[in-house]
Amino acid sequence: MDLNSEAGRQLPSAAGPGGLGRFLRKFSLQIGIFLVAVVIWLLFLLGSPRTFLARDIYVAFMSSTPYFALMAIPLTLVIIAGEIDLSFPSIMAFGMTAFDVVFVSTGSVGLGFLACILAGLIAGLLNGIIVVRIGIPSLVATIGTQFFWRGVVMVVTNGQGLGMTAVRGSLLYPALVGRIGGFVPAQFVWTIGVAVVVWFFLNRHRFGAHVYLTGDNVESARLMGVNVGLTKILTFTIVGAAAAFAGFIVSEDVLFFWPTLGEGYMLNTLASVFLGGTSVFGGAGTIFGTFVASFIIGAINAGIVAAGLTGFWTSLIYGLIIVVSVSIQTVVSKRIS
Amino acid sequence: MEYLLQMKNVSKTFGEVVALRKVNFEVGANEIVGLLGDNGAGKSTLVKIITGYHRPDPGGELYLKGKKIENLSVARARELGIEVVYQERALADKQSLWRNIFMGRELSGPLGRLDLAGMRSETQRLMTTVMGFTSAAVNPDSVVGTFSGGERQGVAITRALYFNAELIILDEPTMGLSLSETKKCLDFVNGIREAGKSAIFIDHNIFHVYPIADRIVVLDRGAVAGQFLKNELTLQELIDRLYRVAQTGKLEGNN
Repeated sequence: MDLNSEAGRQLPSAAGPGGLGRFLRKFSLQIGIFLVAVVIWLLFLLGSPRTFLARDIYVAFMSSTPYFALMAIPLTLVIIAGEIDLSFPSIMAFGMTAFDVVFVSTGSVGLGFLACILAGLIAGLLNGIIVVRIGIPSLVATIGTQFFWRGVVMVVTNGQGLGMTAVRGSLLYPALVGRIGGFVPAQFVWTIGVAVVVWFFLNRHRFGAHVYLTGDNVESARLMGVNVGLTKILTFTIVGAAAAFAGFIVSEDVLFFWPTLGEGYMLNTLASVFLGGTSVFGGAGTIFGTFVASFIIGAINAGIVAAGLTGFWTSLIYGLIIVVSVSIQTVVSKRIS
Repeated sequence: MEYLLQMKNVSKTFGEVVALRKVNFEVGANEIVGLLGDNGAGKSTLVKIITGYHRPDPGGELYLKGKKIENLSVARARELGIEVVYQERALADKQSLWRNIFMGRELSGPLGRLDLAGMRSETQRLMTTVMGFTSAAVNPDSVVGTFSGGERQGVAITRALYFNAELIILDEPTMGLSLSETKKCLDFVNGIREAGKSAIFIDHNIFHVYPIADRIVVLDRGAVAGQFLKNELTLQELIDRLYRVAQTGKLEGNN
């Protein structure tokens, strides 16, 4: 029995009978979330055709959804790897604090931006090291660092915000939050860019293969030579950098850095990941799912108000959509498999 | 006889607990060794020393193809062709067949870009030529969590052979399998012999070990209680003796 011979290369075609079934099975998560998005969009369209047939509402979605989609996309990696990160809202503010300090002392927006991303990177790296090297469960570790970085922000800024109007003169303003073609928010294009890059690394690179294996069966992955520690540390580091980037975009867009920046993003971001079909147990999840789910979450608030309901309904509908659509996805993907 | 693997005088203590005491153990080239023993007999510790997970206490020696191996690590053991197939932990259940076959050793180009087409086609080839998966429902993208127990062991053994393992260690591969699945699994173990490789087959169940092993080694309370070639004893004689090992710690009439 020669396992490595080339002799058996005459392969049956990958297509053929069952091709559609195979496609459905393979992409069940993506198809599920896409259908959820279409159904919700149709409901909104029926509820408020005037709003949902106009361009403005979509520009609003493209403008505000990236605030948390930029974090939800890389956070998908952490959760696929079987971990969780709850510290990213504070890292948004911590990155901006680094910007604050460097910008105030040097007057350079570019240097401030680099400091912001670097700070996020370091905070994420630290999360990874605490989880992997010290062995503290990520849920506990990142609750701790969430408080810690928020504390650092408050102590360093003394609770004072920073006006960002000076940023308007910098190239970073049109590049990150400008309007492309007069109406497409640049942050939307960045979100697509981040999604494509993260998708590539998750699906077409050894790193992504190791992320899936680490989250699915960490012991087996380790025994088979996957550096599970390094894989996890990298996922946390990427989320840290992404949180700082998102924090910069939010502050730049509203032209003010509030030391409370990030509060209110935790649940939207996590809901996007889980609504997108990523398994809370690790080992499964898609970037496409998270991307679409982010926009569902981002649309709900505006959709509810546009449909004529009061904002008081928002939480109720959020909860309903998340629970119902995750349940449907679970049932459907079980049937398909 | 040229040994593939030889352990000389290997002991292992964890604090006050002596897991192995002065064990001599060998695996020949193209030989399947059945390793029998009760819980706590030292089977797992023995395996973990062979795979570089534990270091033996000073004085113990390990040889591979006659060459002394110092400071064996898990990575080094794999480089030397020692692979373990764990019963429950071998596969990543939510992942596809091809991801499991190439787990940790993905085919990739420069900068780590995956060679998906290459991995899929190699998996397809192994499915038909080695694993015997002929059902149209199974393809390289099938999720292994949907496979039966015997098929899963087959995937793990195929993976080890594919990556040129010299010595495959099977840690209770038939545990929890039905009769027909056990048969499938044992067929895969026979495949190891046919491929010219060696295996250590660890099990509680004498009925699974006896038909497949060339030689049987019995561990008891951290020591080798005895060993014999299969053709020296009938299954019934072996069973009778194993009962007595449990009482005396010694297997009679062995070499």
